Amino acid sequence: MKVGAPPRLELVGVSKSFPGVRANDSVNLRVKPGEIHALLGENGAGKSTLVKMIYGILAPDEGQIVFDGAPTRISNPRAARRLGIGMVFQHFSLFEAMTVLENIALGLDARLSQRDLLAEFHRVLDAYRLKLDPRRIVSTLSVGERQRIEIVRALLLNPRLLIMDEPTSVLTPQEVEQLFETLRRLAASGCSILYISHKLHEIVALCDTATILRGGKVVGTADPKRENPRSMAEMMIGASLKEIAKPAERSFGPPKLETLDLSLPKPTEFGVALKGVTLCVRAGEIFGVAGVAGNGQNELLSALSGETPSAAESVILLGEGVGRLSVTERRELGLCAVPEERNGHAAVGEFSLTDNASLTGRNRMDFVSFGLINSGKATSYAAEVIGAFTVKATGPGALAGSLSGGNLQKFIMGREILQQPAALVVCQPTWGVDAGAAAAIHQAIVDLAARGSAVLVISQDLDELLTLSDTIAVINLGALSKPMTVGEVSIEEIGLLMGGVHGDPAGTAQMTEQLHAHPA
Amino acid sequence: MNIGFIIDALVTIIGVTTPILLAATGELVVEKSGVLNLGVEGMMLIGAVTGFAVTLNFGDSLGDWAPWVGIGAAALAGAASSMLFAFLVLSLGSNQVATGLALAIFGIGLSSLIGASYVGTVIAPFNQVFPDWLAEDPIGRVAFGHSPLVYFALIMVVAVGYFLNRTRAGLILRAVGENDISAHSIGYPVVAIRYAAVAFGGAMAGVGGSYFSMVITPMWAEQMTAGRGWIALALVVFSSWRAGRLLVGAYFFGILMTLELYAKASGFSFLPSQFWAAMPYIMAIVVLAVMSARDVAGSEAPACLGRPFMPNS
Repeated sequence: MKVGAPPRLELVGVSKSFPGVRANDSVNLRVKPGEIHALLGENGAGKSTLVKMIYGILAPDEGQIVFDGAPTRISNPRAARRLGIGMVFQHFSLFEAMTVLENIALGLDARLSQRDLLAEFHRVLDAYRLKLDPRRIVSTLSVGERQRIEIVRALLLNPRLLIMDEPTSVLTPQEVEQLFETLRRLAASGCSILYISHKLHEIVALCDTATILRGGKVVGTADPKRENPRSMAEMMIGASLKEIAKPAERSFGPPKLETLDLSLPKPTEFGVALKGVTLCVRAGEIFGVAGVAGNGQNELLSALSGETPSAAESVILLGEGVGRLSVTERRELGLCAVPEERNGHAAVGEFSLTDNASLTGRNRMDFVSFGLINSGKATSYAAEVIGAFTVKATGPGALAGSLSGGNLQKFIMGREILQQPAALVVCQPTWGVDAGAAAAIHQAIVDLAARGSAVLVISQDLDELLTLSDTIAVINLGALSKPMTVGEVSIEEIGLLMGGVHGDPAGTAQMTEQLHAHPA
Repeated sequence: MNIGFIIDALVTIIGVTTPILLAATGELVVEKSGVLNLGVEGMMLIGAVTGFAVTLNFGDSLGDWAPWVGIGAAALAGAASSMLFAFLVLSLGSNQVATGLALAIFGIGLSSLIGASYVGTVIAPFNQVFPDWLAEDPIGRVAFGHSPLVYFALIMVVAVGYFLNRTRAGLILRAVGENDISAHSIGYPVVAIRYAAVAFGGAMAGVGGSYFSMVITPMWAEQMTAGRGWIALALVVFSSWRAGRLLVGAYFFGILMTLELYAKASGFSFLPSQFWAAMPYIMAIVVLAVMSARDVAGSEAPACLGRPFMPNS
């Protein structure tokens, strides 16, 4: 880096308030040219607000944004792109019903002809060795491919600063490596990268500098190569991180939840058919199901929870075939489930926490007599959940939709766990949840298993599964791999199964080669 | 069945199809932008009474131009009434279904009020643009014997199809209807685009309504659109939001409605005429039921259809 070159981006005393919240409080930040700069912080620390101001979606209340040495006002995303700022969103800003190329065209301000656009598109793909079919409809693509659209869209602008918002949360380890390769190549060509993540080992592997935010303020700057993930995590949450207490040398009881050759047809055009899923979760065991999004995870959850009925003997709870039973009947027998989508599936946003507690707990917790809900019991149960799981809410009367993602997730998990289910199935228990809440949820899952419940955790976060599970299996295209014991299996093996290359020697060889080239 | 009969039938079909095609083409653009405006019937009636009143009152001073000015006024009145809806729905975030229904009822009431003094008055019908030798040719009249609005409707459905699928502006409009949050974060003015789409839909509904009071029966009668605004709405769903299918579907409904007229005239006695009158509406329900059962309607609808979008909340 040239001495004396102005920073690519400098924020001086940037503040932003929303009614009741000071989202950013005089934030200073400096990103050098060609630097990969991490922005670390828990949910609600103000990272999103900050990058929205850099990208022109929000306007700062106070402070100065300096780009390439010149103070600027970035009034909208278009102005940001004109300066050379690109952004890849955490929740992709894609249009599902449209083609890849249409999506790309929408992200560009220049009016290119179809042919010029296609040529530019291929130029970027070649330059960064990416693969993407321009004619495919987005809804048919994997999450990794969707992210690639966003990246190509940003790269077409020849950005001088690229903002990546939690880019790896949904990728396989191999896809993450490919992404890092692309980002390193981009940084080497002089583009600065502002990388937002809560996955600390990735920041250690990728970033040159890290700025840590807490409660809207910068609490520190670190060199990730010299710090370890733990110390950065502690700066991030402002307290020492609790280790998940998991009793070593655990023994398991009899099988509690089993599936036997569970097969179901595709529920919708874009769904996934389940193909002969067989698994067994014993009392006290945490069974992890890994896999890239859209490989049958939601279908498996629906089949277990009872939303999708199956052959009676293909789902077995405590030795009894329950495949034909409804959700409510399964709950009464002790099989509770937490689906991935918090709002609208696991909880009703417009209902109070008490009503949400009644929705799943009414029978097991005895709220109902003569068809009437005992609202006193329901309220005290909701209060119990709020207390036991330190849910930040104004009380049992608070609307579920008013809670932050992490708090709502804690409430939902608590609502099921306090019912003491014989078996609990959870999908993405800590998706979009900050580190503190995630640790609490993990501990609660471990404790539930320790009390003798069988727990099945479906997640795309491999770190989470490796920390929690005793046994792990990979779901790919609706088929479940053989269960493997955590601790005896390598990340590479799991990654290969997630990529679905078993039975495909050429694909396996290629992936192995890539892995050796960039050891994870 | 002689050739004259077939020609008559074709001319009638084209006539009854045109107003629903006009209104549905406008509504297609509105729905593609992610807004559901159920007030089509009301906007059509406001257009109908405005077009009629302007043509009647300025007929003497404007001469031959009167009907054209009348149509323009109908378009403006339709657009203006749709702006009331747009303000409530897009700027204040009110519920689209309820507001649209309110607009439909408001339009029925307002048009009756404005039209009260015109009931029974007649104007010169606004048909035939081509010279007599073409327009009155026994065969040629199928193609050339119509009101300019018939050709306008056909041009507009083709133009809207081209706009939506081939132009950048159309791509942006579809993007807004598909994912308003993403479109906003990329930097497109979601609310402004929706205002424009709603205004276009209102103008088209107004023109469609004026076809009743200026072409079919050149006079004003209360609720003279007789529920065709609802057929136009069903037609947009029926077409799975595609301009080509919209054109085909409009003619399908046109044929059903013509059947009613002919059944009445020729005294088909085995079924009461009310049955034939109800036919298009029954078919609309059947089609919608079948399509939603196959989940076609759901998966092809613009993903943000009917959902409020408030960028600053």
